[in-house]
Amino acid sequence: MRKIVSFAADFGSYAIKGGPKYYAWLLFLIGIILVGCFTAYRQLTEGLILTGATDQIPMELFFANFIFTAHVAAAAVLVVAPGYFYHRKDMKELAVIGEIVAMVFVATGITFILFHMGRPDRLWHMVPGIGFLNFPNSMLVYDTIVLNVYLFLNMAGITYLLYKKYIGEFGTKALARWFTPIIYLAIVWGPLIHICTAFVLSSNARITSWATAVLPFGFLSMAGASGPSLIILIFLLIRKHTKLQINDSVIDLLSTIIGWSLGIIMLVFAAEIFSVLYSSAEHSASLKFSMFGHNGLNGYVPWFWGTMIALTGSFIAITIPRIRKSYDRWLPVLCVVIFMAILIEKPMILVFPAFSPSPMGEYTEYQPTMIEYFNVLMVWAMGFLSLTLIVKGAIGILTGEVKHHKAPAHKPEVHASTVPSLD
Amino acid sequence: MSEEKKELITTEDAIEGRREFLKNVCLTGATALVAGPASVSAAVEAASADADTTVAEFFQGHFVLMSDVEKEKAIERLEKRYTAKYEKKTTVSNVPAPEDTLFGYALDISKCIGCRRCVHACVDENNQSRNDPEVQWIQVMKIPKGNFAFSADKLEKGYPETSQFGDYGVQVGGNAHTRVGGIGTEEAQSHFDDLVTPDNDHFYVPVQCQQCEKPPCVKACPVRATFRDSAGVVLIDYNWCIGCRMCQLACPYQARRFNWGEPNLPKEEMNPHTHYFGNRPRMRGVMEKCTFCAQRTREGRNPACLEACPVGARKFGNLLDPESEVRKILATKRVFRFKEEFGTYPKFFYYVG
Repeated sequence: MRKIVSFAADFGSYAIKGGPKYYAWLLFLIGIILVGCFTAYRQLTEGLILTGATDQIPMELFFANFIFTAHVAAAAVLVVAPGYFYHRKDMKELAVIGEIVAMVFVATGITFILFHMGRPDRLWHMVPGIGFLNFPNSMLVYDTIVLNVYLFLNMAGITYLLYKKYIGEFGTKALARWFTPIIYLAIVWGPLIHICTAFVLSSNARITSWATAVLPFGFLSMAGASGPSLIILIFLLIRKHTKLQINDSVIDLLSTIIGWSLGIIMLVFAAEIFSVLYSSAEHSASLKFSMFGHNGLNGYVPWFWGTMIALTGSFIAITIPRIRKSYDRWLPVLCVVIFMAILIEKPMILVFPAFSPSPMGEYTEYQPTMIEYFNVLMVWAMGFLSLTLIVKGAIGILTGEVKHHKAPAHKPEVHASTVPSLD
Repeated sequence: MSEEKKELITTEDAIEGRREFLKNVCLTGATALVAGPASVSAAVEAASADADTTVAEFFQGHFVLMSDVEKEKAIERLEKRYTAKYEKKTTVSNVPAPEDTLFGYALDISKCIGCRRCVHACVDENNQSRNDPEVQWIQVMKIPKGNFAFSADKLEKGYPETSQFGDYGVQVGGNAHTRVGGIGTEEAQSHFDDLVTPDNDHFYVPVQCQQCEKPPCVKACPVRATFRDSAGVVLIDYNWCIGCRMCQLACPYQARRFNWGEPNLPKEEMNPHTHYFGNRPRMRGVMEKCTFCAQRTREGRNPACLEACPVGARKFGNLLDPESEVRKILATKRVFRFKEEFGTYPKFFYYVG
């Protein structure tokens, strides 16, 4: 018990130590959260009327951002899988960072859903036993289950691994016994949360631009592009500012994954655009609204083409080795562009235009409110704050800077080979 | 906290037990994420002066699953709260659906003049939010009649422009882009302020909850707050709805309305004759929709929209009774269902009289 207390204390005190830039970053996030506390209070007391949602477009920015966080959470397996499925030594150590990203982004997504709910106080109606779950009919039930299980799996895996490393008892035996099964389950579960999220959308026959079999594939490919972009940025920051070694081979693998994913995204969009526009039947109305507007209502048009150009441009850029290998300059820029393009794609192409035309044939544009923006920013700030602190603490344990005073001396990890060995 | 609420808490022992249970659940780590934020907002709710839900009401279960005693208590609580809030004696009925009944509705689109009296009669009857925003359960589509924009000028217009076959504009433009009137929604408007109707260039199609036999909203609801009763009417337990709006996404008729803010129902306009699943006043953050006026039809009366219709375009009745008006219409008129392609099998029929 004492060990657990000292683990929490050492982890926490290492996580909040850093240079002036680190403190500035934390203060910036806390500032956003403080402003967000006010706007969140307003929304909780006055209701969703303070957002831009209407009966025609009932899904707000929270829902769109939730889908994006599911992208990133699902993509974290791409860091975990190579280490455990292909035994890449350079990535096995880093798997825990991937799991932290997954855990934090699932939690962020669930927070977005809490903001999306009309009655967050009645969420206990979904707790089996005291509430009622519409199983197996409602897709939201599946999504709730898989998200919570994924959160729990990652939480258990991370805590176990970091604690064992902290007290210096992390051996291969313990690893094989039950840690590896949890990791394997988490790897399989990652795509599952995303497929379920896609089904929550595509199960609605009346929203023709969602009710397409290509949606889960689009989601997974977007996950493969947006998640690794964020993880590359995190890894580049880690190896610049901490003692944790991350080889170029890791970054290269991730940028290769981004390249493939962007290629698949383009195929998915092309398939969707072709199959809808060739016949140009009723189902094309929503896509045409995104692409060309309707009777002068064309607020989404620049976003559509802007995102298409950003995705295509990024795809071309990442195929050029000089850009892909420019770790200090072009790669981070590219990663930010990809991350933002897919983030913006969610509300401006996937969610909002899908509600025009409405079942009554009407077109409308979504008008987000300031309260909504600030609430979204607050949830993001909470996500990034916990991500920063947990990753920082984990680095302390992985590098051996944080360990129990009775723990055996830290053996430096082998990072000698930059070439991945497939043993 | 008001005197009334304190009294409610002390008298509700059963509720107390459930609260204890919930507290224990909150303490266990596994469900902390689901129940944790709920208990926080519950505290906020309980402390707020604008106590829309009393504590006892907060912990009540799904109405359908309650025992008769629990139901009685729940109804009593609601009557007390509504009577105090709206300063008039309010009754919340719990009359069950009549036996051997399947409610059906038929609407004659050739008669409808688009006056929207049904819309306002519905608002008056069903205690919707009155202004900012006004919630309307019936939407009247205004659809242009035969659009006779076919023109000889367009014979050689459109893309492709030239063809040795003479088939100009078979892809885009020309006379191909000329629509004719129909039940299609492409040219329809549901928001129009015409003071004088009918506009002779348009016809009108009122749309409300179609009371589907295979309702996609019931399938989508994660907590079964919305369900189909024995008479075939899709209802909502407003106290069980968690406000996730999945049903709104699923409904192909855009028939469901969400209380985005606190409903704005003036005391003097409130209808005190209510039903638990029907027109009792709703709270913020829950879904509502047409119930075929459960408070009326379960007592053998006609829905308010039918009574308000000046041209007799609306017919209501029991689909199981061969002598009912609706059944006779189904047998003799040209009847169709709206958006049949969604496979929802509505019990709201449109016909040409």
